[in-house]
Amino acid sequence: MRKSLSRIYLGIILVFMYLPIFTLIIFSFNESKNMAVWSGFSLHWYERLFSDPVIGQAVWVTISVALLSAVAATLIGTLAAVGINNFRRRTRSAVLNITYVPMINADIVTGISLLLLFIFISIPRGYVTMLLAHITFNIPYVILSVLPKLTQMDPQTYEAALDMGAPPAYAVRKVVLPQIMPGVFTGLLLAFTMSFDDFVISFFTTQGLTQNLSIYIYSMARVGINPTINALSAIMFAIVISLLFVVNLRIMKKDKTADKRI
Amino acid sequence: MKGKLFAAPYIVWMVLFIVAPMVLVFLYALTDSSMNLTISNILKAFGPMSMTVLLRSLWIAALATLLCLLLGYPAAYLLSKLRSSTGMVVTVLFLLPMWMNFLLRTYAWRTLLDMNGIINQFLAGIGLGPVQFLYTPGAVLFGLVYNFLPFMVLPIYTVFRKMDLSCLEAAEDLGANRLQSFWRVVLPLSRPGIVSGVIMVFMPAMTTFAITRLLGGSNTLYYGDLIENQFVLLSDWHYGSALSIVLLIIMVFSMWLFKRNDKDGEGAGLL
Repeated sequence: MRKSLSRIYLGIILVFMYLPIFTLIIFSFNESKNMAVWSGFSLHWYERLFSDPVIGQAVWVTISVALLSAVAATLIGTLAAVGINNFRRRTRSAVLNITYVPMINADIVTGISLLLLFIFISIPRGYVTMLLAHITFNIPYVILSVLPKLTQMDPQTYEAALDMGAPPAYAVRKVVLPQIMPGVFTGLLLAFTMSFDDFVISFFTTQGLTQNLSIYIYSMARVGINPTINALSAIMFAIVISLLFVVNLRIMKKDKTADKRI
Repeated sequence: MKGKLFAAPYIVWMVLFIVAPMVLVFLYALTDSSMNLTISNILKAFGPMSMTVLLRSLWIAALATLLCLLLGYPAAYLLSKLRSSTGMVVTVLFLLPMWMNFLLRTYAWRTLLDMNGIINQFLAGIGLGPVQFLYTPGAVLFGLVYNFLPFMVLPIYTVFRKMDLSCLEAAEDLGANRLQSFWRVVLPLSRPGIVSGVIMVFMPAMTTFAITRLLGGSNTLYYGDLIENQFVLLSDWHYGSALSIVLLIIMVFSMWLFKRNDKDGEGAGLL
């Protein structure tokens, strides 16, 4: 009895979460533009989607900014974590407190503060300002994923390498980096998803002059119903599902091999 | 020396892109359009008009946070109890919508709640409709709960997974009934998760402008809309900056609350 009640409760919440997603997907195959009446199956909106240069451009902006900003943030952030780990306690906590600012600040404040900076030093708003903003809000996530790995690490391995005559850069590459790699990878993934999903900060720092997918969707959704957005969301949903499926399959495989070893 | 220099590029970046922009917010808030010092924008930001909007936003964000907590707490508990293999799948299903663009999902509700939408067709069919859902405060509240529910579930779920169940058994052995053991053992132990969840829901719910615009229309102004208007529509960056200062004050206050509640430094699932 209690078990079925708990299943019903979780079921209702899942329906609440998925109802809008599934209607979007179903009506992406609808022939008419009306989102309330089913008038027959059609791939019309998918054709529209792939032939629309504006959407293509927005997809390109989203993916390239996510990749570039994630890689740049991972480079700067990993180096920063190594440096910060060597700071004295007071400098360390001061720097970390500033690092927290973009993470805990409301997105809208981060967005307008960066916009004010770009206006102040007159960098024209667009792709470059979006990229700079994304690197900025990504770096904290990288630092905070790498730093715990560094504190867990035995600092004497690095010092030993230096004592043996390795130059600092070489010691970092050969001794420190392999030990912190899981944290670096987590940071990179986190940065990519943060950038991919961002709307508010992109919206302000570009002033709408360069559109990523979020900005495009926002501007279209305000105008009214447009089934090409449905087709787009169906494709994005399919990609997310299959990515998660692949990741989970790999985790399960790992678990199984671990079981065998025991 | 010992490798401190590795942080140099980041320190430069931090000063330029984190510190300088925040300084600029204060600078713009304290000046007029010809960059003369004035406190008129600050006074305006604390004036009756913007305070009304602020209170409206605080109120709806508080309601949304409360609803997320009431819906999400039992869900997180039940999820943490599920057996491993199905539990994994259901948990992934719960978090999956977070990975889909929130504007797409909000847009979907917009089409569902429309006067000619599916829900109203159904209501009309059974003689109850159509009902004007869209462009009401109720629709905004609904959209906020829908968007931020996973952010409440996730940290509480994490806490439940880590919770030492022998505490519960001990409470029951010592004669506590179900209500007592929940009130005196489970709830205090899950507090770090609740605090993280509340922070992750409240501030975004208070400052959003996309959700309010898409579901609430432009009839009712929320704080996010008010700030956005200053930067996009009116180009009154000085007043907009002053409004952001108010948000900063609220943020610092809630961080102080968070720090006070998180003495062990666990920050349960905040990341």
